[in-house]
Amino acid sequence: MTDKVKNIISRYEKKQENILSVLEDLNAEFNYLSEDVLRNVSSEFNLPLSKVFSLATFYKAFSLKPKGKHIVLVCMGTACHVRGGPKISEQLEQILNIKSGETTPDNLFTLETVNCLGACALGPLMVIDGKYHGKVTSGKISKILKEYKK
Amino acid sequence: MNNVDKIDIYFSGGTCGFASGAESVFLALKDEIKKNNLEQKVNILMTGCQGFCALEPLVTFYPQKILYAHLVPEDVKEIVQETLLKGKTVERLLYTDFLTKQKVISVDDVSYYKKQVRNLLKNNSFIDPLKIDDYIVSGGYKALKKALKMTPEEIIDIIKKSGLRGRGGAGFPTGKKWESAKKAEGEPKYIICNADEGDPGAFMDMSLLEGNPHSVLEGMIISAYAVGSNQGYIYVRNEYPLAIKHFSIALEQARKNSFLGKNILGTDFSFDIKIIRGGGAFVCGESSALRASIEGKIGEPSVKYIHATDKGLYDKPTVLNNVKTWANIPLIINNGAKWFSSIGTENSKGTMIFSLVGKINNTGLIEVPMGIKLREIIYDIGGGIPGNKKFKAVQTGGPSGGCLPERCLDLPVDYESLTKAGSMMGSGGMIVMDEDNCMVQVAKYFLTFTQDESCGKCTPCREGTKIMLDILTDISCGKGKEGDIELLEEMSNLIEDTSLCALGGSAPNPVLTTIRYFRDEYESHIKEKKCPARECKALIRYKILEDVCNGCHLCFKNCPQKAITGEPKKVHDIIQDKCTKCGICFDVCKFDAVSVV
Repeated sequence: MTDKVKNIISRYEKKQENILSVLEDLNAEFNYLSEDVLRNVSSEFNLPLSKVFSLATFYKAFSLKPKGKHIVLVCMGTACHVRGGPKISEQLEQILNIKSGETTPDNLFTLETVNCLGACALGPLMVIDGKYHGKVTSGKISKILKEYKK
Repeated sequence: MNNVDKIDIYFSGGTCGFASGAESVFLALKDEIKKNNLEQKVNILMTGCQGFCALEPLVTFYPQKILYAHLVPEDVKEIVQETLLKGKTVERLLYTDFLTKQKVISVDDVSYYKKQVRNLLKNNSFIDPLKIDDYIVSGGYKALKKALKMTPEEIIDIIKKSGLRGRGGAGFPTGKKWESAKKAEGEPKYIICNADEGDPGAFMDMSLLEGNPHSVLEGMIISAYAVGSNQGYIYVRNEYPLAIKHFSIALEQARKNSFLGKNILGTDFSFDIKIIRGGGAFVCGESSALRASIEGKIGEPSVKYIHATDKGLYDKPTVLNNVKTWANIPLIINNGAKWFSSIGTENSKGTMIFSLVGKINNTGLIEVPMGIKLREIIYDIGGGIPGNKKFKAVQTGGPSGGCLPERCLDLPVDYESLTKAGSMMGSGGMIVMDEDNCMVQVAKYFLTFTQDESCGKCTPCREGTKIMLDILTDISCGKGKEGDIELLEEMSNLIEDTSLCALGGSAPNPVLTTIRYFRDEYESHIKEKKCPARECKALIRYKILEDVCNGCHLCFKNCPQKAITGEPKKVHDIIQDKCTKCGICFDVCKFDAVSVV
């Protein structure tokens, strides 16, 4: 077990109630949950690996695959949907040449969708590495992406 | 304004404020105030979301009540010179009211706020959510002090008499819920705040937690005292980092001030709250799934032969309420049951917060008395539909709700009326759609959502929604058959009757209401293979209008499929076989030369 993993697990009391928080912190730290990390959690919490695996696959917050350097999140909330969110997501798929949920071969971008970010006035909305880009239009997408290609 | 002793500047923060760039304007203004040595005279603070999202970044000045909208950092010099030093308003920063078409100086004259009753949201505009003192000065924790001098029975009685019903959507009487949990046998008892606001297009709970976290907290503490609980939980979406941060800080401050923790305010009552961050599963907003998730299990719902008030979290008596329900409690304790029940209709009391979004001019967070008409919300508060488009439908209740057409706009907004019309109150999302929105696509959108979020435990929901989605997809692709509408209806009834939890049980609602009110649109797709709203890709094609195209070449440059031909300054054309109907040409054309047929 690496120090980082040990550190995060040690923040919590070893109760099943805390396992979701631990996995969330680990996922945030490493961008994904590796097999080793899942095994660490399993042995530290004394919970079968199968149970930890089922948690890691049930909840959308977790990824079992490493993600790219930049995470492009397209909001698919209803407000964004009626304002053209799906079009934005399709165009991103075309430009990046990957499907939603995938990472570009150069590991620069991971494209994801989210059900709602609660900034509906700005729809259609996309968020890159936590920065909000509101009222996105077809013309803007390439320009926005360019900033992150440097 | 220079004759005013003290000026308070309230900056609208919150997620959409920050996303619109409020922070940089805030910092620039603070800096400019310092440069002009106005720090003694001017008090500037970042509040929660002030509710008028469409105007962000927005700021208000008190006591003058001036409102400035759409600010950028470059505006701050003028604001300080003109407004703070000379006492003049900066005309160009004022908001133009949608009803009067006049520039508005005072917040009180903004039509958007006029029909609202902002009881829960009021403090969102005036307090710094990170300072417990702001909340206390505004009357915070007075209700808790009052409640601690009452008996638990008296508190429950007030809540019962107030007529408060659960704001999470189902509308169960809150007082009755507390009473059952109080009477139930078993220790310990638990209090849970459901902040897993998963409905797409809804952000009311987020804004309350961000802008006034102590109000929610105070409600939970009062309930814990009434029910006899020492441990509470708040289950909040991990997608709301700001809400989590503000609530965590509120917890710390409340502990320091003896409102939370051991021996609250010197009494023998102890209570504490733990934050659980959700894992991004919509189904966890369902109460039994939420409890499973708190216990560290996968969030699958379970059958509810026994109420959670008897056997809930860890099989112990549990009170679970929505964020807005909790925030109502201090108001009711302070002002009394009669005050609360004087607002609203016979069976739906108080106010309700909605996030008014979609194809609407005044996007924002509104608080209205129960019983207000949908028409008033959409036109008098929301300012109608942008771009001279025609209103088509309003969707309430999220994926469990329905789409209501023009002829339902005079319905009063209360639990019963909305349910009768086929929709539901839900937790407060209100999404407006215009003539460009295809109702088959809307039904498909929600079913894609529920299908994706179905936990898979019971067959009707897991398989049924999949089959329904396949039928809807066929219809939207022009492969619909006679009898599909009837089959959808039959499937809907079956899924509603046999699903384990409310996610499945209400999943067909968007389909049923769109069929009920927009059957002709379904029929056009099936019989004529046409999409009247021109949204279904398979049933439309893009065309360049020869007499409008001036050969600006912009579509040519932007087409990712290289499906457009033509030289600069000559009329362009689309090669239909290559076109994927992504719509980029339509979006980028500045001369409206691309049309959808």
